[in-house]
Amino acid sequence: MSITIEKNKAERKPGLRTEEMVLNMGPQHPSTHGVLRLELELEGEIIINAIPHIGYLHRCFEKHAEAMNYSQVIPYTDRMDYLASMYNEFGYAIAVEKLLGIQVPERVEYIRVIMGELQRIASHLVALGTYAVDIGAFTPFLFCFRDREKILSLFEQTCGARLLYNYIWVGGLSHDLHPDFVNQTNEFIKYFRPKIKELNDLLTKNKIFIDRTANVGVLPLDVAINYGISGPNLRGSGFKWDIRKDDPYSVYNKFDFDIPVGEGLMGKVGDCWDRYYVRILEMEESLKIIEQAVNNLPEGDVTSAIPKRIKPPVGQVYSRVENPRGELGYFIISDGSINPFRVKVKGPSFVHLGVLNEILKGHMIADVIAILGSIDIVLGEVDR
Amino acid sequence: MIYDFFFKLTGSNFLADVIQSLLPLFIFILPFALFAVLFERKVSAHMQDRLGPMRVGYHGILQTIADILKLIQKEDIIPTLADKPLFNIAPVLVFAGSYAAFAAIPFSSAFIGSNIDLGVIFIIAASGFVVAGILMAGWSSNNKYSLLGAMRSAAQIISYEIPTVLVVLSIIMITGTTNLLTLSEMQTGHFWNWMIFGGPQMGLAKFIFIPIMIINFVIIYISTLAEVNRTPFDIPEAESELVSGYHTEYSGMKFAMFFLSEYANMFAVSAIVTALFLGGYQSPVGYLGNLFGAHWLIPIEQFFWFTAKGIFFVFVQMWLRWTLPRLRVDQLMALCWKYLIPIAFVNLLIIGLITVL
Repeated sequence: MSITIEKNKAERKPGLRTEEMVLNMGPQHPSTHGVLRLELELEGEIIINAIPHIGYLHRCFEKHAEAMNYSQVIPYTDRMDYLASMYNEFGYAIAVEKLLGIQVPERVEYIRVIMGELQRIASHLVALGTYAVDIGAFTPFLFCFRDREKILSLFEQTCGARLLYNYIWVGGLSHDLHPDFVNQTNEFIKYFRPKIKELNDLLTKNKIFIDRTANVGVLPLDVAINYGISGPNLRGSGFKWDIRKDDPYSVYNKFDFDIPVGEGLMGKVGDCWDRYYVRILEMEESLKIIEQAVNNLPEGDVTSAIPKRIKPPVGQVYSRVENPRGELGYFIISDGSINPFRVKVKGPSFVHLGVLNEILKGHMIADVIAILGSIDIVLGEVDR
Repeated sequence: MIYDFFFKLTGSNFLADVIQSLLPLFIFILPFALFAVLFERKVSAHMQDRLGPMRVGYHGILQTIADILKLIQKEDIIPTLADKPLFNIAPVLVFAGSYAAFAAIPFSSAFIGSNIDLGVIFIIAASGFVVAGILMAGWSSNNKYSLLGAMRSAAQIISYEIPTVLVVLSIIMITGTTNLLTLSEMQTGHFWNWMIFGGPQMGLAKFIFIPIMIINFVIIYISTLAEVNRTPFDIPEAESELVSGYHTEYSGMKFAMFFLSEYANMFAVSAIVTALFLGGYQSPVGYLGNLFGAHWLIPIEQFFWFTAKGIFFVFVQMWLRWTLPRLRVDQLMALCWKYLIPIAFVNLLIIGLITVL
């Protein structure tokens, strides 16, 4: 800390004595998306250094996992990235199944994909809505949450919970789908397509919004790759990388969908607007996947492959999935007992937070909010 | 008219003056602030597919009164390290500044708080007074966010006063008066006599004035929007950046004073725009009072038209607020200094030339 201040002072022109203001942003600030604390060194309104302090939401997930058996870990994975709970379970289930070497029925895979993609839309809606609030537009936020409610209702109907589902189990699912699920999902798709256009009209193509986000917080591709950025943030920088396509898991190779990338339509490639727009386009692609999956849903039993007792052989596995925020990896070591010896999570939000200082320097305070929002972190997963 | 009435009633010049000046405050502004807060909540709710307050009274019409009662009961918190005298004076200054502007606003030909000859200039000066209160609030709170908000607010209000004054100057050049009552009287007749349509004179000049006046109207509307810190210029209190700007540390009735003065300001600037460009209290189509021969009806109709025009502009402000995102500080300044002020200057020059010729 003090070293950086000294360094910055030395770089400044001699003569005029200036002093930078240290502004503490968070953990109770309304726009830090949870309990992130940023220590900003300001010169006027210009940021010269930003240090993120994390850990306010640390709940020892990884240590807890060592004291529980494999299926008891699932509710805890829900609580990491609480906006994408389905996908956390999905990733964990795949990892443990890989460790056990079991095959799950086709129907289970299809339902998992449907749930995962619905979750992706719900998560992106939160990301886009809160981003609108950060920029100062309140109405799109409520529109996004209104649409997200519809997805949550679908989840509630399926498994009884709206936020933390415990639905995707190792080897299967906790319940089969509601008989009316297919109908309602089709209705939702029909309802939601025009809403994306509405969001575009209201926010995406708004001149003020473009002024605030285009050419702001540019994340160059080489920096993104060096920092290990993945998901929409990496694609926003213009690199076509999606684990669903490049390292397919589950049944993703059966569906036809595109990977949208940032093209710098409004400014430089990799600016906030690109990251924002990639998420909008991804929602449309997710709708495509859901539409194909729901209408080709195979018959079968969703609970038949659930093992009575999960006791994997000694070994280790790393498995990764494309979470709404990026690459979510689970590294599990088994010592042959019913409890995992070690569960290590590679979460996208934690990785993305690392690049924040790199892109914040030289921007104004108002841009901190715009950039932080466009990176779309969930503190529950950063701290775990 | 009202002055004569009070003079007869009290028999004293001084008392009649005082009562007449206080009248807009009690008859109009306090009820208006209560109404506007509810109006804003209902407008925002319906724009966002919600219902808004529904519990207190029919469709929540008593909600603001309940809120004010709650705020009065709240503990008055002063931060330990705050500069106490300044901290206490600041809300009063802001409140007084924004309410003083109402004294010179002509609600109808019979109802004006104080008919002073420098009406327009007085209103601009009184609303400039608010800056001092805001700076005091930001400084004395001893909070970095408040200070940033106050500095932004001061920079913004002072910058945007320039295009406002330039537009007002151009109006003064055409009409040759700064008295708002005279200004409103000049725009009598039908709506084509309003200043936005070139004013009362006829002939070639009027048609040259029309486009210039429409541009001037847009400029003054944008800059008044910035002066009252409404979206897209609500940078001083940008809740996602600065928590809530200069009034972050205030609670209870002091907070309510900032809050009410914000809504009073919204109407004050709408009233200026109305009085300068849209005929003030003049009806666009003529009066029922003339039709029926009941001349006592005319001032009441005028009051109705003035309030209706003012509330319409308040509604537009709300509409913008719940639709648009917010600009960044430098973009806001760029808009003012690079676009509004040069255009306003050119307009002033053209109008000056025409009036001289």
